[in-house]
Amino acid sequence: MRKSKELGSVFLNGIITENPTFRLVLGTCPTMAITTQAMNGIGMGAAATFVLVCSNIVISLLRNFIPDKVRIPAFVVVICTFVTMVQMFMQAFVPALYDALGVFIPLIVVNCIILARAEAFASKNGVLRSAMDGLGMGIGFTLAITIIGTIRELLGNGTVFGANILGTAYEPMLLMILPTGGFLTYGILLGVMNYLTSRHDKKKLRKGGAQL
Amino acid sequence: MSLRISTAPHIRKGVTTQKVMLHVLIALVPCVIAGIYRFGFGAALLLAISMCTAMLAELIFQKLAKKPVTTNDLSALLTGLIVGLNLPPQAPWWLAVVGSAFAIILVKQLFGGIGDNFMNPAMAARAVLLASWPVHMTKFIAPINGNFGADVISGATQLTAINSVNSPLTLSGADLFNHFTGNIPGAIGEVSKAMIVLGLVYLLLTRVITWHIPVTMVASAALMSLILGGDPLSNIVSGGLLFGAVYMATDYTTSPMTKKGQVIFGAGCGIFVCIIRKYGAYPEGVTYAILFMNCLTPLLDKFIRPRVYGAEKKQKEAKADA
Repeated sequence: MRKSKELGSVFLNGIITENPTFRLVLGTCPTMAITTQAMNGIGMGAAATFVLVCSNIVISLLRNFIPDKVRIPAFVVVICTFVTMVQMFMQAFVPALYDALGVFIPLIVVNCIILARAEAFASKNGVLRSAMDGLGMGIGFTLAITIIGTIRELLGNGTVFGANILGTAYEPMLLMILPTGGFLTYGILLGVMNYLTSRHDKKKLRKGGAQL
Repeated sequence: MSLRISTAPHIRKGVTTQKVMLHVLIALVPCVIAGIYRFGFGAALLLAISMCTAMLAELIFQKLAKKPVTTNDLSALLTGLIVGLNLPPQAPWWLAVVGSAFAIILVKQLFGGIGDNFMNPAMAARAVLLASWPVHMTKFIAPINGNFGADVISGATQLTAINSVNSPLTLSGADLFNHFTGNIPGAIGEVSKAMIVLGLVYLLLTRVITWHIPVTMVASAALMSLILGGDPLSNIVSGGLLFGAVYMATDYTTSPMTKKGQVIFGAGCGIFVCIIRKYGAYPEGVTYAILFMNCLTPLLDKFIRPRVYGAEKKQKEAKADA
C-alpha cells in the first residue's frame, strides 16, 4: 500500500511539481518548434513519453553495469535505440505527423528531459520507480506542449485540433504561429504557473503556521 | 519616465511624469489634426478607441494586480495615442484595441509598469500588429483633405513604392512637397512631416527631449542612405522615420541616460532603418530599428556611465586640464 502511494507521488511529480516544461524549463527546443498546432503537441509528447519510459527502464536495469566515466555516451546509445524505433514506427503508420514534426523526431535523442531523467533519476533508482518517473515526466511534457499548441493554434489559426472554433469572421493572429508567438505563449504560461505555485506555497505555509 | 536612483545632491524641479506626458501629448496635437484632416473622422475614431483601450487596460490590470493605479500620469493615454497614430486610417477598430491592450498589458505592465519596460510599448505593439495582420497594416488610402463627406477612395498600397530604396527612390520636387505636407497615403500620424517637425520644436523648447536622439537618427539615416546609393532627402521624408525619431526613439525609459549613449542610440537607429529598408523583406524598417536599439539600451547604459557628481576626473582628463 505504502509502496503504491509512493509510486503515485513519483508519477504526479513529473506532471505537476516538477513539470519538465513549466517547472524545470527543460526541452524548450521542441516546445518552441513544434507547438504551432495542438496535434503536434500530442504526437511529439507521445513519442517522447515512449522513449522516456523505455530508456528509463533500460538505464535503470543497467545502472550497476555502466562505468561512471562513460555513462553519458551509454545513455545516449540507449536513448538512440528507442528514438530510431519511434521514428521508423511513425514514418510507417502516421506519415502526416512524421512530416509535421520533421527533424524534431530524431532530435528527441538530445532532448534534455530524457537525458536529465536518465542522469538524475533512472541511474539512481529501481526499475519500477524509474518507469513511473518516465511516464509522469512524459505525460507532464505532453500536457504542457499540448496546452501551448492549443493556445497558439486557436489564436494563430482559429482552430483547435483542426476544428474551426472561432468562426470564419475571426482573422487569425499570424504572429502566434511564428516563433515570437511561441515565446510569448510560453513566457506567459510560465508566469501563470509561477504565480499559482507561489500562491499554493503561501497557503500551505499559512496552514502550517496555524497548526503550530 | 523612469525613476532614477542617484546620490545627493538632488535638485528639485517641478517636472513630474504627468507634465512630461502632457507636453508630449500637446506636441502630438498638430499630427493628430493633420491626420484627421487628411483621412477624416474614421481616423479620429481609431485614435479615440486606442486611447480608451490603453487607459482601460492600465486601469483593469492595476486593479487586478492590486497595484497603485497610475492612469493619472497620462502615460497610458500617450501610448494609446501613439499606437493609434501608427495605424493606417482604414484599419478595423479591433486592430486599435488589440494594439493598445498588447502595448499596455504585455509590454508595459508585465515588465513592471512605467519606467521598467525594456521596449517602447507602442513600437512593440506596432511590430506585433504588422506581423499578425500584415494586410490590414499596409492598406493605405489616398487622403481626402478635409472633404469629410466624400467616400473614401481606397488606393493601392503605395508604401512599397514610396519606401523601398530599390525602386525609384528619388522623389521629385512636387512629391517631396506632398510628403512634407502629408498629402500622401500613409499611417494616420506620420504623413505630415511639417507637423512632426512642429512637434519636435515644441518638445525641444519645453526641454522634454534633447536634440541628441532625433538629430543623430535622421542624420545617420541620411548618411547611410547616401552610402547605400539612395537619395537622403527622399529617405528622410518617406515612411515613419521622422515620427519614430521624434516621438518613439526618444522615450525616456527605453533610451540611454547619457548624452553620449543617446548619440550612439540615435545613430544606430538611423543606420538600421536604412539597412532594413534596403535589404530587409519589409519596405519599412523604423519599427525594428528602434526596437533593436531599445534592447541595446541597457548595454549602452552599462558601458557609458555618467561621472558621479563631485568625483574626480579620470587622470587623463585631469592632465589635459592642467
